[in-house]
This record gives sequence, structure tokens and C-alpha cells, in this order.
Amino acid sequence: MNAALQSETGPEGTAHVGRPEVRVTPSRFRNAIGKYIVRRSKECIACGKCAEICPYGVHEFAGKTMARPKDYRCIGAACENNDFYCVRQCPQNALSVRLNPILEVLGDKRWTPELLISTWYMAETGEVPPGDIEYKTGDSGGGFDRIEFCFPSGREPDAVPDDEVSLRIPLNRRKDGRPEVEIDMPVYGGGMSYGSISLSVMIARARAYQAWNSFTCTGEGGYPEELYPYDDHVITQVATGLFGVREDTIQRVRIVEFKYAQGAKPGLGGHLLGDKVTPAVAKMREAVPGNALFSPFPFHSVYSVEDHKKHVDWIKHINPRALVSVKVSTPTDVDMVAVGSYHAGANIIHLDGSYGGTGAAPDIAKKNIAMPIEYAIVKVHNFLKEEGIRDEMTLIVSGGIRTAYDVAKAIALGADGVVVGTSEMVAVECIRCAACESGRGCARGIATTDPELSKLIDEDWATQRLINLFAAWRRQLIEILRKLGMRDIRELVGRTDCLKHLDYE
Amino acid sequence: MPKKYSIPTKTSPPRFTPIGKSTILDWEGGCLRCFKCVKRQCIYDVYNERTFDVRQMTDTIDSLCKNCLRCVQSCPGQVITKVVNAEYKRMGNSYWTPDIIRMQWFQAETGRIPVSGAGYGGPFSGPGFDDMWTDMSEIVRPTRDGIHGREYINTVVDLGRSLRYLRFDAAGHVVRDAPEKIEIPIPIILKDLPLGSLSESVFLAMAEAAQAMDTFMIAPVKGWKPYIEPYKTHLIPLLTEAEIDTHGELIRGVRIIEIQLSDVTEARVSRIRAAYPDVLIMVRMRLGERSGEEALALTRVGADILHLCADRDGNVESGNGIRFVKDVVRSVHMRLVEAGCRNEITLFASGGIAMAEHVAKGIIVGADAVAVDIPLLLALECRLCFRCEAGLSCPVEVENIHPEWGKNRILNLIAAWRNQLIEVLGAMGIREIRRLRGEVGRAMFFDDLERETFGRLFGKRKKRESVGN
Repeated sequence: MNAALQSETGPEGTAHVGRPEVRVTPSRFRNAIGKYIVRRSKECIACGKCAEICPYGVHEFAGKTMARPKDYRCIGAACENNDFYCVRQCPQNALSVRLNPILEVLGDKRWTPELLISTWYMAETGEVPPGDIEYKTGDSGGGFDRIEFCFPSGREPDAVPDDEVSLRIPLNRRKDGRPEVEIDMPVYGGGMSYGSISLSVMIARARAYQAWNSFTCTGEGGYPEELYPYDDHVITQVATGLFGVREDTIQRVRIVEFKYAQGAKPGLGGHLLGDKVTPAVAKMREAVPGNALFSPFPFHSVYSVEDHKKHVDWIKHINPRALVSVKVSTPTDVDMVAVGSYHAGANIIHLDGSYGGTGAAPDIAKKNIAMPIEYAIVKVHNFLKEEGIRDEMTLIVSGGIRTAYDVAKAIALGADGVVVGTSEMVAVECIRCAACESGRGCARGIATTDPELSKLIDEDWATQRLINLFAAWRRQLIEILRKLGMRDIRELVGRTDCLKHLDYE
Repeated sequence: MPKKYSIPTKTSPPRFTPIGKSTILDWEGGCLRCFKCVKRQCIYDVYNERTFDVRQMTDTIDSLCKNCLRCVQSCPGQVITKVVNAEYKRMGNSYWTPDIIRMQWFQAETGRIPVSGAGYGGPFSGPGFDDMWTDMSEIVRPTRDGIHGREYINTVVDLGRSLRYLRFDAAGHVVRDAPEKIEIPIPIILKDLPLGSLSESVFLAMAEAAQAMDTFMIAPVKGWKPYIEPYKTHLIPLLTEAEIDTHGELIRGVRIIEIQLSDVTEARVSRIRAAYPDVLIMVRMRLGERSGEEALALTRVGADILHLCADRDGNVESGNGIRFVKDVVRSVHMRLVEAGCRNEITLFASGGIAMAEHVAKGIIVGADAVAVDIPLLLALECRLCFRCEAGLSCPVEVENIHPEWGKNRILNLIAAWRNQLIEVLGAMGIREIRRLRGEVGRAMFFDDLERETFGRLFGKRKKRESVGN
């Protein structure tokens, strides 16, 4: 395993699960993208002053000359008032700093260029980016992007050590005799199938989540043997196409997820284009290479809660130690769906809101069908409370969770924890060009099954980037709890009084 | 079993290089000639396929590039970067955004629906059509699987009046009070174009497309020439008051006519009905403050179809400022529902219908179908530069298209729209587009969700614009 685990002992002698070590893991591309561009002119005499004074590591020697500036680390305009501002301190006036013009073509309203850059920074360093790079919200103009925490004013955050703040959440709250699985952070990984992403990324996810004592999900595409070492941290997905689902894959894991719908294309089922069905993918899915694969919507054997229960019972029978999660999308009656899942015996109800990620979806579906997760969380949380079953269900949400702040806001709105996907992809340098559905797939080797392109991802590198990202998120979540005077993430669930909406008086 | 309706598509490449979203800045002078050039590794082969379009003085890389930025990030000399294409930004206006234009071009070229990976990258919500979401079925509703053809989803709509009851003459025969209804297999008709010149080739492209789809095209009578005779059964002449009296033969040769609403329209409708009992009468109403009452009056005097028109950006002037077409259509629909006569008449909505989703949303708020104009021009490569409005030449020479090419482009676009409509209907568990009309229960509105969800948590919402752009 790549990430070295540091054993730690809790304050009362209880063994804490080790924290994976953060290791600086730079971009695999030669020219990392940052908010600012630093240029060194030919006037530079390599005196080294800039390398000496810059605390962010922008300037470095390369033998007898200066290396090309690592400008993605530059804090730009925010540095102008510092004594160590390289532009002013350069004796030769050889340095210049300006906003990177590429920001204009990078990202979108939800994943702004700065959110991409800040996520890359966290994945490289495990730290929150310095300077003025926005790392909390996007620019969508609604939902999480218009919600803020109301931290008590005039009060210093609690001086509680990190390890006395708990981010652990239980995934089985039903007391149904099944294992009481807990994860060390309120985040686990969403379903991404073998076929939609490269095996290297799949393994890296499993390793990173194992390091953080959480879970990753296979998606609907089979269970590659390479995942066997991480069985205890893998969720196997059962979706309508049942691709790659076998007794063995259900029995391997501690959580089985039924996918009824996905937020990016609710009501439309799954579709893997023929180009992506390589011989290896086809073998795993017991299908024919080159043929497009559909997962029809919805389960054609489910017309009622009773039918749904039959499925849940089936899984429970095949694997007595597994928890059952039900992943649904967010129609108007999502609250009723959640209650139905409770009565069918699910341990986890996983709401996947519109605007979530996917390998391929019609744009009309991505934009229009079903409600954003921000509404669904509140609706379901309140309804489960009214029904008196909130304490027995684990409410997990996804579909637009991009940052640690989104995680905390989702929990404050009523979720127990979240599922992420796109953030992980960004951590391994997805640039959101949105061409993952095309034949060879991702030009960056992430969402591809192309043998050549898959080589662009190194498992160790990707594992560490993900570990680093979650380390940075953990710091932020702990900081949020400290500021709110809380010591346990579970205290935050449903605490909407800690939030304010900028569009409300 | 009847043959399933489908619109034939055929890849129809653009005549001019499309304007790309971004453009590359490639400082050839700084090239290190390292022979490890990332340009050779471009997975889309963009650098190899790149040419220079001498007609337009355009580098084709702008339209070929997929913005994966691998060349930007991997160039050893760091000599490549990308910026937004200024020409791209100049297209259209705040409603007809460059992204909308580009997506209609894609559909008109390929007949395919836009599909992409990663999540949605747009705003959370917005004014106009962007303040509603369509619903979907989850676990406990019946299976609807029309998208992949295993179950048929019907997009047929009826045009014309539905009688409340039958009347019989003394001999016991049914008295016909209205012409027979007409079915069109898609809830879309082609509307007269608001920009540019309706040249013979453009006219023929539209008329042939309307005929091929078995729908209709609206055309002002003054533009009618002998060459359109073969398409007459799929044309709706738009007549002025004066033309009604002078074009009797033309009216008798078509199935639907459209007249402009005026002070005398109500009286006109019954006279036209008497003179031409087999022709459906459609009345074009410019939407405004009084639209609900006007629609009710026209329904009562026997108009068959009302065509509710907003301006090209979907805006409607009303006493309280600008309202958006979907909100006004909804109020007209509701006025007719309240009066108990909504089922008697067919409503078309037009203005601001820019994407497939607007067809679905227009129907959800109460229209039976929509009339489309600017997207047809976009299918013909229009860049919405509005030069034609200033009397300047068209940069893509829309007036000189080949009719067959134009027809294919329009067919491709509407086929892609219909397929998207089926996606949305399938997700909702609805098999009949007719069942979607006025089904606001199968939609979610921004204001409702905010009030029911955040309103309870955060209090009173600050005022928000509700116009189309």
C-alpha cells in the first residue's frame, strides 16, 4: 500500500484508525495550471533572491540558472503587500505576475476555474490553498453556492486538538443485527464502473478510501480481481443491467448498493457506448466487445415497495453481513421513496441529486430532470423525522458536492454524510472538458478504457492525490466544527440554524 | 401495428467552419523544435486535421478542439495557451447564448442529441425556462422504457377544436360545427423566419422538411410563389385582413390558415368558417396583458387554434413590466381551464423556444405544441450576428443554401429535439405527449421549491427578476 499509515492513539488510550500520510504529489503534467502566471524575462541574472524570499516555492534554482517559475503556487495579487513580493524585490525587474488568461476557458459555473485550481492544490499538498483562490463555493448562483455558515461572532474557535474532533459516522443505525459499520470521515466514493473509468483510477480510489477507512463503489460494471485486496472498503453496486453482478461479488463486500436512478440522468438508465466496451470490459460484464450496453430504467421487476423489499431481502440473504444502500434520484416525491426504502429494509438511503456527475448523459437530462440535492436533503430529512424513523436511516447524499464546505452544508441541511465523484476526478486532474463519453474517452486517462490512455494514470500517484484531498477536507471540516463549538460531525446533522442563505432577508 | 414515427437524419456538415468556443494562442516563434510535440499526441488528432479556411480566414482548430488542454499543459516550451474566442462571444444575445447556438449547430449537423460527461456545469437555476425542472419516476411507478425503443412513446398532437357535444339535425345526422382535427406526429411546427430573407431555397428547405416530418410550416402569403404548390398541404398561409378576401382559392387549397389578431377578428372567424368550412382557423396573438380574455373570446367564437406569440427572446410586454412566455402561456391556459373550455381549442406557443427542453416545458405550462423559428435559421448555420437586420450581407449566405441540404439540417435538428423530448417523457413515465399538456404536477418550479424548502428555513426571499433574459 502506498500511503503510509501513521498509528495514533486516542486521548483515552483507544486505538484510532491511522491517518494516512500526506505527501506532496505534484501535477503529472509539465505545465500545472494556476490562477496566476509568473514570467521571468531574459534580464534575470539568477541571483536567487526570489527563491530565497518566496515562501510558496514558486522560484527554484535549476543548477546555475533559475528554474521556470512554479507559478501555480503563486498567490498573485494578494502578495503585493508582502515584503517577499518577488516582483518588487527582483533587482533586475525581471519578474512579472498576472492573472492567467486561461481561466476564461477553464471550468464552468458549478466548477469554477478557482474551484478546479484549489482542488488540484489540495490534492497536491493536502493543504487549503493560500492567497485569494476560492475553494469553498462555485458560481452557480443558488443552492450551496448561496448558503454560508453563520459562525458565532466574537468567539475564538475551540482549541480542541484535531483528534478530539470526530468525523466518524455510522452507516447502520437500524439495530437490525447487521454489523455496525463506521467510516472515519462523512464521505465515501460514488459508483464509477469498470468501463467508465480506467482500472488505475478504480484501484486508486479503493486504496485511498481504505486509507481513510471509508468506501468506494464499483458502479455497475463488475468487480475486477484487482479490487479484492480492498474488499472491506468496496461497495458493490447492483443496477438494472446487473452487469458483472454475481453471488461472489455480493458476498465479498460489507455494503451492497441498489441503484435505482442516478442524478445526472434520472429516469433514463445507464448507457456505456460501444467504443468503451473493450474486450476486458466486455468480459467483466459478460457482454460482447464493441456493443453498447444499456441498463434499462428502472428495475423491470420492481413495481412496488414490496417488490423492492424482495430485492433487499435477496441481498441480505446472500450476504448476511452486508448493509444495503438504496440509491435513488430526486423526484418530487423523493420523501416517499425514502420512506419506502426504509420499509423495504434498507440501511442507507442515498439521494443523488440532479447536477451530479456521470460518464455520459444527455445534456437535457443533466440540466432539467429532478431537483437539486439541496432541496431533497431538507425534504427527506424532515419527512423521515416526521415519520419517526430518521434515527434508523442513514441519509447519504450526492450530486453536486464539490468541496469540504459543500459536505458540511449538506450535513447541516440534514444529511449524515455524502458521496462524491467529480471531486475525486478533479483531484486526479480532470479538467471537466466533459468529453468522457467519446470513443477513446478521456484525454487525461481518467474516464477511459483505452489501453494507451489508461497509462496516463499512475496508481500510486492517483492514490496519494486522493488521500491528500481528503486530508485537506478533513482539516476544513474540523475547523468548521471548531468554529461552531462542536466536537462531533454528528452534532451538525440538520443544524440549519448554523446556516444562512444569501438570497434571503 | 402502425409503423413507428421517426424523422430521417443524415449527417450534413456545415458549409462554413463553425465558430469554436475557444481559440488557441500558439506562439510558433517560441517553439523549441523538441520533436516531442504534444500536438502529435492530441487524442482528437486536431493538430493533424487542422487547416486554414481561406474563405473565412479561420483556423479550423478552434472548432475541432475539445478543450482537454493537454497540449497547453504538456508543451515542453509552454508556448501554447487557450483563450475564449472573441467571435464566439459576439454571437447571439443574452437569451440566444453562444452555447445554445453551438448546440443547435451540432444537432443540425449530426441529428444526435447533445451528450456529455461530467456533471452539469450551468447555473443552479435562472429566469425564464430555467426556473423549472421536469420530474421523473422512481421506484413505484410503472415501467416506461421508450427511450431505447422497447416501448413506444407517442408525440402526436391534435390540431383543431374538440366539440363539447354533438348536434344533430332533424334527420338525425350529425351537424358539423368544426372541421376535422388534424394530427401532427410531433408537437412542433415551423414558423415564418424573423430574420434574413426567405429566399426560394430557404423556403423550399423548410417546406420540404415540414412535409417530410408531416408537420406544418407557416408562411406569409406575400411570400408564396408557384414553386411551393407541391407543399401546400403542409403549409399554413399567414394572412392579413386584406388578404383574407383576395385569396379564396389559396385558402381552399390548404388545411389550416393563420390570421393576425385584430379588432375584427372575432367577427371574421365565423365568416371565414362559413366560407371555408374545411379549413382550420389559427389566430396569431401577440401575447400581452389581456391575452387570457382574448383567448377566451376567440375560443368562444370558434377559432380552432391560437398561436400565442412572445418576442424572439420569449418576452411579453405587460402592464407590470416584462413577463416570460411560459408564465403568460400558463396564465392563458389556466384562464381557459377556469372557463371550462380549454379542451375545445389548440394552443401553440412561440417566441424564445430555443432548445428541445423548451418544447417540453412549453407544453407542461399549457401549450399543446410550439412553433419554432430562430432554431431553424441556426440549423441553416445562422450565427445570429443580426447583420441582416442592419441590411448587411449574411456571413454564411443563408439565402444561397441548397434546399436538400437545408431540409436535412432542419430534419436533423428536429429529430434530435424529438429524441430529447422522448427522453424527458420517458423519465417522467409518460407515454403520450398529449398527457404532458398543463401537467405542472410533473414539473418542479424554482419558486415553489425555494418557498417550501428554504423559505421555511431562512425566511423571506429577496426579490428576484422573473423575465426571460
